[in-house]
Amino acid sequence: MDPKADGKRPVWWLLVLPFVALLFPGLYAHAEPAFFGLPFYYWYQFAWLLATTALTAFVYMRSR
Amino acid sequence: MKLDVTALAVFLAFFILVTVLGFYAARWRRGDLTQLDEWGLGGRRFGVAVSWFLIGGDLYTAYTLIAVPAAIFGTGALGFFAVPYTILAYPIMFAIMPRLWNVSKNHGYVTPADFVRGRYGSNGLALAIAATGILATMPYIALQLVGMQVVIGAMGVTGSGLAADLPLIIAFLILAAYTYTSGLRAPAMIAFVKDAMIYLVVIVAIVVIPARLGGFGPIFAAANVHFASIVPPAGAVILGPKAYWSYATLALGSAMALFIYPHAITGVLGAARVDVVKRNAALLPAYSFLLGLIALLGYAAIGAGIHVTAPSLVIPTLFKVMFPSWFVGFAFAAIAIGALVPAAVMSIAAANLWTRNIYKAYLKPGATDAEEASTAKVASLVVKLGALAFIIGVPTQYAINLQLLGGIWILQTFPAIVVGLYRRWFHPTALLWGWAAGMVTGTALSFSQGVKPTFAFSLGPATIAPYIGLDALVVNFIVAAAITVALERSGAAAPPDVTSPGDYTAAPPIIVPTNLLGERA
Repeated sequence: MDPKADGKRPVWWLLVLPFVALLFPGLYAHAEPAFFGLPFYYWYQFAWLLATTALTAFVYMRSR
Repeated sequence: MKLDVTALAVFLAFFILVTVLGFYAARWRRGDLTQLDEWGLGGRRFGVAVSWFLIGGDLYTAYTLIAVPAAIFGTGALGFFAVPYTILAYPIMFAIMPRLWNVSKNHGYVTPADFVRGRYGSNGLALAIAATGILATMPYIALQLVGMQVVIGAMGVTGSGLAADLPLIIAFLILAAYTYTSGLRAPAMIAFVKDAMIYLVVIVAIVVIPARLGGFGPIFAAANVHFASIVPPAGAVILGPKAYWSYATLALGSAMALFIYPHAITGVLGAARVDVVKRNAALLPAYSFLLGLIALLGYAAIGAGIHVTAPSLVIPTLFKVMFPSWFVGFAFAAIAIGALVPAAVMSIAAANLWTRNIYKAYLKPGATDAEEASTAKVASLVVKLGALAFIIGVPTQYAINLQLLGGIWILQTFPAIVVGLYRRWFHPTALLWGWAAGMVTGTALSFSQGVKPTFAFSLGPATIAPYIGLDALVVNFIVAAAITVALERSGAAAPPDVTSPGDYTAAPPIIVPTNLLGERA
């Protein structure tokens, strides 16, 4: 990650990932595999909640 | 319905506690409350922790706690869009809100319309932004009252005529009184209690209720059977392909709208430093996790075989079936207090807009700081009384419909506010026309569907039903871009921009000592 001279940092592109992962429900609108009785559809979105938080924190730390 | 005395006693105890806190808040980190900055933004001095409680308490409203599980109960997977919505809102917050915070700090802006006025030099555009904000916020406040009404009723507190609404009136007058005296400090302080209670209630509920129903396996099995038996089909546990567009666009459009709502901006501008805003973008999703768990309680209600006469009763009824009276009282108090924080911040946000962008811009341009603050205080009372009268006077469905329209409307301020934070490419006159086109398109499309959030049309071989707010935003952008190009060709000059690029990336260099939590010592 070498910050470019104009201040644009490639690390910011990580924040596009949650949009791709969540805005195409065809990717995850399935029942299986279930997790503790929770259909895939639900735990996948919970997992992306955690991932988005981690990505945001990462971008924050790298762009300080 | 029988009056539940134990539940009511617990409920009242907590309600009285937050009332005391609300009035005490005026003395908290004492500031000169005759200044709008102090009353309406808490002096812009909230650290990471206080901002987290305040913004979280402000965005995840009592109505959300009632409506999201009710949507799952009624339509299944589609109702879960609240989760991707409240996930995607945070990368957006992380990108745009530090810029808004910086420019507002540098220029003393209190409202988004203040910023638009400075950026574009247009009173007309600022008025449109302010009016949209007030219009979208009013029904939202009214809906908070619905949340309170539901839990008060569920405890068996009933009456006829005016007596039926008396508890709600008393609760709201108390809220109005301490918001008047304490400003943004009141919801910030109450938010601690509210959020601690809500987290406790949800964690207990998500552990106890599925355990009593045999786990999520049996709950989802029951939900599958339930949705398969409904004719005509009302939904499903797993989103069907026909609903993909609706789901994705509702999530995206709502996420884009969230941080341009006036109450969200008021909460963010109360932050002491830009760092507080950035850190909160990574910390606030904890509330979204909570929201996801609450959503799942909608399925638990199906699994528990609950029958309700209105969707808003799903959660109160589930709690009454599952918990002892004292915990029901605690949970209901959490929901009612959960209504107070957003209602207070929303009324402050609307009051700030009124004071800065209508009163001072048009009615009394020479208003002093003290006149601004006292006008805002009175405006916050008027706004809340208006919401109260609305809820008592007209059917609840009107408030729900107006709040839905409010989301579509507020999204039409996106080009002026969010694009404006990056580039001043659009001409203000063009933005105003784009806004008008978006407002008309969104309202008309929604009304054509009987005030619904989505509008179905054919796209090639497929029929899609995207969120109307985004449809209208596309129209808005096209009109704004076309008129900008036309105005540029005709050589029309745009009014001056009082902001400079550096205003968006750094705050004025004031060194303030802070404690470990990052709060001003």
